[in-house]
Amino acid sequence: MNSVFTIFRKEVGSFFNSLIGYVFLGVFLVSTGLFVWVFEYNILETRRAELDSLFFIGPYLFLFMVPAITMRAFSEEKKQGTMELLATKPLTHWQIIGGKYLAAVFLVLVTLLPTLVYLLTVWRLGQPVGNLDLGATIGAYLGLFFLGAVFASIGLFASVLVEEQFVAWVLGAFICFAFFFAFELLAGLPGLRAINPFLIKLGLMEHYASISRGVIDTRDALYFLSVITMALFSTHYLLTREQKR
Amino acid sequence: MISVHHLSKAYGTQLAVQDLSFSVKQGEILGFLGPNGAGKSTTMKMLTGFVPPSSGQAIVAGHDIAEEPLEVRKKVGYLPEHNPLYLDMYVLEFLDFSARIHQLGRQERKRRVAEVIEQTGLGSEQHKQIRQLSKGYRQRVGLSQALLHQPEVLILDEPTTGLDPNQIVDIRLLIREVGKNKTILFSSHILSEVEAISDRVLIIDKGVMLADAPVEELRKASAYANIITLEVMRPGLDLASLAELPDLLIDRHSSTRFSLRGNGEEDLRPRLFELCVAQNNPILELHQEALSLENIFRTLTQQRA
Repeated sequence: MNSVFTIFRKEVGSFFNSLIGYVFLGVFLVSTGLFVWVFEYNILETRRAELDSLFFIGPYLFLFMVPAITMRAFSEEKKQGTMELLATKPLTHWQIIGGKYLAAVFLVLVTLLPTLVYLLTVWRLGQPVGNLDLGATIGAYLGLFFLGAVFASIGLFASVLVEEQFVAWVLGAFICFAFFFAFELLAGLPGLRAINPFLIKLGLMEHYASISRGVIDTRDALYFLSVITMALFSTHYLLTREQKR
Repeated sequence: MISVHHLSKAYGTQLAVQDLSFSVKQGEILGFLGPNGAGKSTTMKMLTGFVPPSSGQAIVAGHDIAEEPLEVRKKVGYLPEHNPLYLDMYVLEFLDFSARIHQLGRQERKRRVAEVIEQTGLGSEQHKQIRQLSKGYRQRVGLSQALLHQPEVLILDEPTTGLDPNQIVDIRLLIREVGKNKTILFSSHILSEVEAISDRVLIIDKGVMLADAPVEELRKASAYANIITLEVMRPGLDLASLAELPDLLIDRHSSTRFSLRGNGEEDLRPRLFELCVAQNNPILELHQEALSLENIFRTLTQQRA
């Protein structure tokens, strides 16, 4: 566990040494800020005490931004040869993956925290004060966090596949997109009507929507955890196989 | 400290290392010598557990590399080829990170980091980002991380490549210095270096071991251990009587000047003297020089080519 924390520290340090962390935070907060407060259908215009615009735009931002924070995780280590340095230290592959994964999830969490200011503002602006569906909001926050955590695991997987960080980013974003959207789109195809409900349940979007309603269903939680586990196990498998060659 | 039994590594159909067996005793500095692509790095990668062997066994610092890789890594300090480092990190930050990985406690971490910085002469550069360092200083950082946890075994893959002559001398001195109480396996394709640093040398080429001997012994025992230059006054010296000697090579540079290579078992000079006396041909020059490791190396690696 100690070693996991050591890797975690190093990764978080590298996010904020290399601007990636700041850019990530900045872009996310500026974009969500614009959608919540400035663009059409902003809160002041709709006069509704809710953060729907944040939870609408959040997944799309995460979709391509989370793979950007994980893109370097393994591809850069392989390219610079530092993987050899890391792999010949008394560390297991799981410790390395765990540290890197937790660091990415930590960054997602850190990004979500400042948006609590939006929540507080809406809470204060409500009439009467605090007139806000807190259950649904907490659920939506949880959903967004889970979504970020899933995207981080997928991004890590993409990063272990290739040596170029840019390719890892594109690939990661694509797989995230596929998990988020593709099942929904497939379900719409005429030929697949028969298995429609099943297909929809395979996608991230359905579970995100479900948890955002404020009902924290164990099936949703289980779904998110399964995807994460699957992605991390695949990452471990590839990392181990690569060295066997 | 290191014992290797029939270690092999195949990449696809290509054999990088074939049936390698050797051992390194405690406190010994073993130079691992071979041309580029000979399998030195692959062997070192296997010994540090980065690459699993295709077959064979190796015990490093008392642990089998396949069965207890983590135990091996705890006791080995490794400087990989090309010295990969986290360029974004600061020297102190990187060394602290390495020390944490080796689970050194807070006090010990501080103490050891300060010690290796002193030992490797990184003092003036310790607050810089690794990216800003020259190659020589980066090499010292690489060496520092290998030394931090006071490993019993040091494995250094081409520790002096790409350095300028002064830096090479510095790093060599450093290796000798730390080698006083550690077992070191280091690789190089530069012969003089191996001669300068190591107690024993192991020559490999195309994945096969060609020689494993103390530096001096190798020089002595080589099939063409010494080379003799002979110059006589008059042409027409008859060397036919030497034909009975095994492995003798004679090069005729001119009608009066020869060089001879013997098999190293017998000193040829008295024979030559008597031969010239018998033929009444005065000797102008007769001297013998030991073959350098360079020649031995070339002879050994070319025989296979």
